[in-house]
Amino acid sequence: MIEFEHVSKRYPERGDALRDVSFRLGGGEMAFLTGHSGAGKSTLLKLIGLLERPTRGSIRVGDDDLASLPRRRIPAHRRRIGMVFQDHRLLAERSVFDNVALPLVTAGMPRDEIAKRVRAALDQVGLLKFERALPLTLSSGEQQRVGIARAVVGRPEVILADEPTGNLDPELSREIFRLFERFYQVGVSLLIATHDLDLIQSLGHRTLVLKQGRLVADALPRPAEPAP
Amino acid sequence: MKYRRPRWLRRAGSWLADHRRAAIETLDRLIRAPLGTLMTVAAIAIALALPATLLTITKNLEHLAGDWRRGAALSLFLSPDMDEAAGERLAAALRTRIDIGRVQVISRKAGLAEFRQYSGLGGALDQLKENPMPVVLAVYPAADLVDGDDVDALVEGLSALPGVDFAQADARWVRRLKAILSLLRDGTLLLGGMLALGVVLVVGNTIRLEIENRRDEIQVMDLVGATGAFIRRPFLYAGAWYGLLGGMLAWATVATAIALLQAPVSHLAALYDTELTLVGLGPPESLTLLGLAAVLGVIGSRIAVGRHLRRLRPV
Repeated sequence: MIEFEHVSKRYPERGDALRDVSFRLGGGEMAFLTGHSGAGKSTLLKLIGLLERPTRGSIRVGDDDLASLPRRRIPAHRRRIGMVFQDHRLLAERSVFDNVALPLVTAGMPRDEIAKRVRAALDQVGLLKFERALPLTLSSGEQQRVGIARAVVGRPEVILADEPTGNLDPELSREIFRLFERFYQVGVSLLIATHDLDLIQSLGHRTLVLKQGRLVADALPRPAEPAP
Repeated sequence: MKYRRPRWLRRAGSWLADHRRAAIETLDRLIRAPLGTLMTVAAIAIALALPATLLTITKNLEHLAGDWRRGAALSLFLSPDMDEAAGERLAAALRTRIDIGRVQVISRKAGLAEFRQYSGLGGALDQLKENPMPVVLAVYPAADLVDGDDVDALVEGLSALPGVDFAQADARWVRRLKAILSLLRDGTLLLGGMLALGVVLVVGNTIRLEIENRRDEIQVMDLVGATGAFIRRPFLYAGAWYGLLGGMLAWATVATAIALLQAPVSHLAALYDTELTLVGLGPPESLTLLGLAAVLGVIGSRIAVGRHLRRLRPV
């Protein structure tokens, strides 16, 4: 569960990135976050991942109040969240297996368990045969799937995705969203920032719309008008 | 049924495995950049070899000076009425003291013969009707009595003994030598302290560059929930490796310097009718050098990591 209450974020050099944002995302819920560039989508995701702290308001993820969460507990908080990025953020010198294993290695998980979980995650995204490959030898879509495998391998409660299909063609984008839906179906909460209105509309999940840092809409998308 | 170790034991095993992997991966990374590694290691080695060599030379000089001090005798000139038998009795009494190592009685005759040999006044001495030399006791202080002030006190005490005309010992050179060696040792320690700071700075700067090169990796690890300790670990191992490798090279440099100096030093010693074998770094000193080098590497790395990771991980 994620809960924002009157959250604002102000950067000294850029001014307000978020203004008085309040919403609640329940456990096992999937929602899209949309809006123009600079609307505050990435800032909102950064606040949930505790890459930034809010200037005002309260953010709760599960039982944790992020505004006052001590620094030493941030790593554990991040391990409860899977993050997917537009630019994948994979380590070029490490194999696909090692990239996906990273959250488990940093958590100090036993090696036999790591191997089991990494292979399961790679299997889920259809990349088990590439476990020894280096990320740069894969296509952009495959790299994004490695990023998704890394996000889900720690069995997070929440997955945050920041423009996960920004660099992909429509077909690959649909494939990535189908993957997200599979995680949604097994009870993981997802908050996905995207510009892709067609995909949002076709999938029919709750959509939060940001405009100049304000939450201006929070609703299910209207079904497409039937052709005359 | 297959035995499964408890979870805490598997976690501890995993933690140890992480350390082992960090140590090995870091060493592998250093080996894969041989030129950069060699330059850093050489800079550390020079900084450590200089004070280590000076300390080794000081240690050898102290050893040599100790031999000289122990070899130097005090001369007790007995009063003319003390004959050889009285001298032997006094010598026997002195031998029971703990501050005296051994006592040798030099008879009037032996004293005159020695004087004749070294003075070149043989002809003049032949004109004397009787032997003017007193009985002399050569007193060798105990081995642990090497301080110049202690020797002065001993001389003063012996001068006051009945039957002793006067006692003679040149303790000034002992004090001077001691002061020179003390100055050399203090100077070396001061220099060592400054160069140790240099090692910390060299390692710190190298690790700073390493952090810059691996900025993306650090940020990704941070995003997936790595703790500060986990992120710092490979850099601390890198610092330790730099220090250790630098210490090993410094040790080899000192050993080579000692080996190269042995022949000229032996030659010099032979000119003074003595033997001198230079002693290099023994096992405790070698281990101290290596341990200190590794610790300095870790300190340099820890400072750099602390400063630069705060910048990369602002929250």
